[in-house]
Amino acid sequence: MNSLSRRKFLKISGATIVTAAALAGSAKTIVSAAESYAKPKGLQVIPSYCDLCFWKCGLLAYVKDGELWKIEGNPKDPLSNGRLCPRGTGGPGAHYDKERLKSPLIRKSERGEEKWVEVTWDEAFDYIADKMNKMKAQYGPESMALFSHGIGGSFIKHLLRAYGSPNETAPSFAQCRGPREVGFELTFGDVVGSPERTDIENAKCIVLIGSHLGENMHNTQVQEFSRAVEKHASIIVVDPRFSVAASKAKYYLPIKPGTDMALLLAWMSVIVNEKLYDVDYVIKYGFGFEQFAAEVSQYTPEWAYIETGIDPEVIRETAREMARYKPATLIHPGRHATWYGDDAQRSRAIALLNALLGSWGRKGGFYVPYSYSIPKYPYAPYPELNKEPLDNPNGRYPFATGEQISTGIREATISGQPYPIKGWFIYGTNLMQALPNRAETIKAIQNLDLMVVVDVIPSEIAGWADVVLPESVYLERYDDLNASPFREGFVGIRQPVVGAPNDQKPNWWMAKKLGEKLGLGAYFPWKDVEEYLDTRLNLAGHSLDELKKKGIIKGASKPIFFEDGVEPEFATPSGKIEFYSKQLEEAGFDPVPRFTKHAEPPSGYFRLLYGRAPVHTFSKTQSNPILADMMSENELWVNADLAERYGIKSGDRIKLKNQDGVVSDPIKVKATERIRQDCVYMVHGFGQKSRQLRSTYKKGASDAELVTKYNTDPLMGGTAMNVNFVTFEMEV
Amino acid sequence: MPRYGMVIDTRKCVGCQDCVIACKTENNIPEGYNRDWIITESNGKFPDIQMEIRTERCNHCSETPCVSCCPTGASHIHDVGGVVLVTHEKCIGCKACVEACPYDARFIHPDGYADKCTFCIHRVEKGQKPACVEVCPTYCMHFGDLDDPNSEVSKLLQSRKWHVNLPDAGTQPNIFYLV
Repeated sequence: MNSLSRRKFLKISGATIVTAAALAGSAKTIVSAAESYAKPKGLQVIPSYCDLCFWKCGLLAYVKDGELWKIEGNPKDPLSNGRLCPRGTGGPGAHYDKERLKSPLIRKSERGEEKWVEVTWDEAFDYIADKMNKMKAQYGPESMALFSHGIGGSFIKHLLRAYGSPNETAPSFAQCRGPREVGFELTFGDVVGSPERTDIENAKCIVLIGSHLGENMHNTQVQEFSRAVEKHASIIVVDPRFSVAASKAKYYLPIKPGTDMALLLAWMSVIVNEKLYDVDYVIKYGFGFEQFAAEVSQYTPEWAYIETGIDPEVIRETAREMARYKPATLIHPGRHATWYGDDAQRSRAIALLNALLGSWGRKGGFYVPYSYSIPKYPYAPYPELNKEPLDNPNGRYPFATGEQISTGIREATISGQPYPIKGWFIYGTNLMQALPNRAETIKAIQNLDLMVVVDVIPSEIAGWADVVLPESVYLERYDDLNASPFREGFVGIRQPVVGAPNDQKPNWWMAKKLGEKLGLGAYFPWKDVEEYLDTRLNLAGHSLDELKKKGIIKGASKPIFFEDGVEPEFATPSGKIEFYSKQLEEAGFDPVPRFTKHAEPPSGYFRLLYGRAPVHTFSKTQSNPILADMMSENELWVNADLAERYGIKSGDRIKLKNQDGVVSDPIKVKATERIRQDCVYMVHGFGQKSRQLRSTYKKGASDAELVTKYNTDPLMGGTAMNVNFVTFEMEV
Repeated sequence: MPRYGMVIDTRKCVGCQDCVIACKTENNIPEGYNRDWIITESNGKFPDIQMEIRTERCNHCSETPCVSCCPTGASHIHDVGGVVLVTHEKCIGCKACVEACPYDARFIHPDGYADKCTFCIHRVEKGQKPACVEVCPTYCMHFGDLDDPNSEVSKLLQSRKWHVNLPDAGTQPNIFYLV
């Protein structure tokens, strides 16, 4: 992308904005935005917050003569401390991406064939409103479900609630961090949340179990991890793959995949049997410790060795190492926790290990986060619901509390039970890569009367839609305020820094316009998003003008640790940290976690593991030209000896076939000493099949395509995906 | 006169390529080209692996084969900080410097001139740090005057073990890697 083509691009796009806005006769803000972006001279530095992942770091966008130049971190932002991650720094690529959706589309052939008619916004909204009105009349408003990821979905959520649907989900629960939240809530009465409440910076001992910080680029965590490395924190990494974090570790434990629970139980047995735990903390805050201790003390390191392959002496030594630094020992809860099917219990074991060391609520462990309080917009109450959400009928997964199970909605869409789901509204999530077993997703889609996708690029899921609505990227729009729970209270703004290049629109505008078509105008009493934001900020004693200038407003600081005066509170049934869980026992589950043996790959097959790269987010960023320049395809990590046995070498392209006969696209081999021989690994998000995204089409392979099998967590309905086995297909 | 250099802590670097991207946006580097890059070197047999990750770029050497081989004087040493630069207008794109650099730090820009890291001298002369240093989320990069014994970079070199790339090339590189 040289400066010449950039200038040309902007010149053309500037003209398009004005035309589009004039034609649509649409919101005044769009026109005025286009005017104000027309030709500002000189350098403007505009604060906003990032959308390259869900961390929402504060940024400063540099706009030179009306063209986006670069993006830096906002030094006032507590999440980024003025330093964005590589994706955030590559944010201009989201704006300049040549493959963006440009206008609303309506499907003109079979679903998934990606053949479209370009339509006006009015035509698109008429089409959607007509279907939604019919569905409401025939099946009730509950027949419409929303899949939404990220803060950008907040106005669409409002629209669907106003319409009367109780079904609203995101894959971030049942396909990602759900088991962790449930395991911690069962133990401490509270979730880990996002951003994670981990005090990595002050930890003297950090234990990462399958969590690959540094490759997984959650900004604040990586910054804190680096500071911990500098301060010579003792780092223990448990991973079948020698991760980047492993290279910083004092102890690297190359665990056999699927056996983490055995290691956790053995660690707890050493800590209990050698009385290395934080006795005062456990007595003061613990419930059921005696029963717990009796249960875990049976799991010797020698027993765990057989399961995990980790030397019993190393298990003892690392347990003692953790105890040495308590309570500033952080056993990191991870994030993507849907691995084997007993994941909520494994997460609970992680929570219990932290509880033994007294790290919850303590410096170097887990802080107690708080948010800057901004009142909600004073909307009229939503209509009364006809039906309960159907993601979890009869509380089949009794501890799936708080968030809905996306795969439960998919299942109900297929079965029509307990009531029909006839419409999917999808915002900002590529369900083709996010949900396991793609065939089920496609089957569900075939049952729909209406499928709407809002996206910035023609993603794989957009390819299956009836109507595709092109959204302006985060740099071109307002979104709702960000007041994430964190170490300190703050509120950040997302505001447009440049105009959208074509006929893309912000989600708030789509929600309002569609709402008006649906006769729900009363739920959108604000003239535009600026009025909405200003109203909310006024209620907190601020104004939009003020936040637009500052980018971030911080609140008064408060203590975040027990030792600094935070009152310990545990919202569990006992009001204490539940070493022994009666509610689990009463529901028929293990009150103290136990080890479950998981299936192992048959001969000639290898467990498929997947993870993150620092320069991409899921399958959302592969067409960003700056990030694609860093990494345009994924590689298959194969142990060097294993590769040699199979006669494959680095750079070869092979396909993978899974246990169900599904064959991947070709993927480049990375033969390496950095992984065990019983598993292979790839970065998630590649091998995309959208024919409209030519730059990403079949670049590398998709782990998601090979995840045809999944185990369901009986506690909370999470879909465990590390249970697929693959073999090598040499002929490409 | 200062002698600019970098001290990079390989213990902290995670190889995330943020430095590469920041350089790209700061300096408008075209697609397919980069002025800096990440090297991950691992040795040993699983699971006993040693690994070093480091961010590399022009070493702004004190002995400069890229300057001495340049037929037009385009490749030169800047009058501030000993920074090695290329005057685009004087460069004929003959690639002599590309060949001469033992670090493979130079490339021919699509517009026809030899290009490489400038230590973001346009920023440094305004009192800012190079873009790669300023962006690094691990704070592993340090920039400063190697001839000032009180500078951060000098102090780091005094207090930690370090190595340079290709010490035998005789180039006296000014980028140092803490181990």
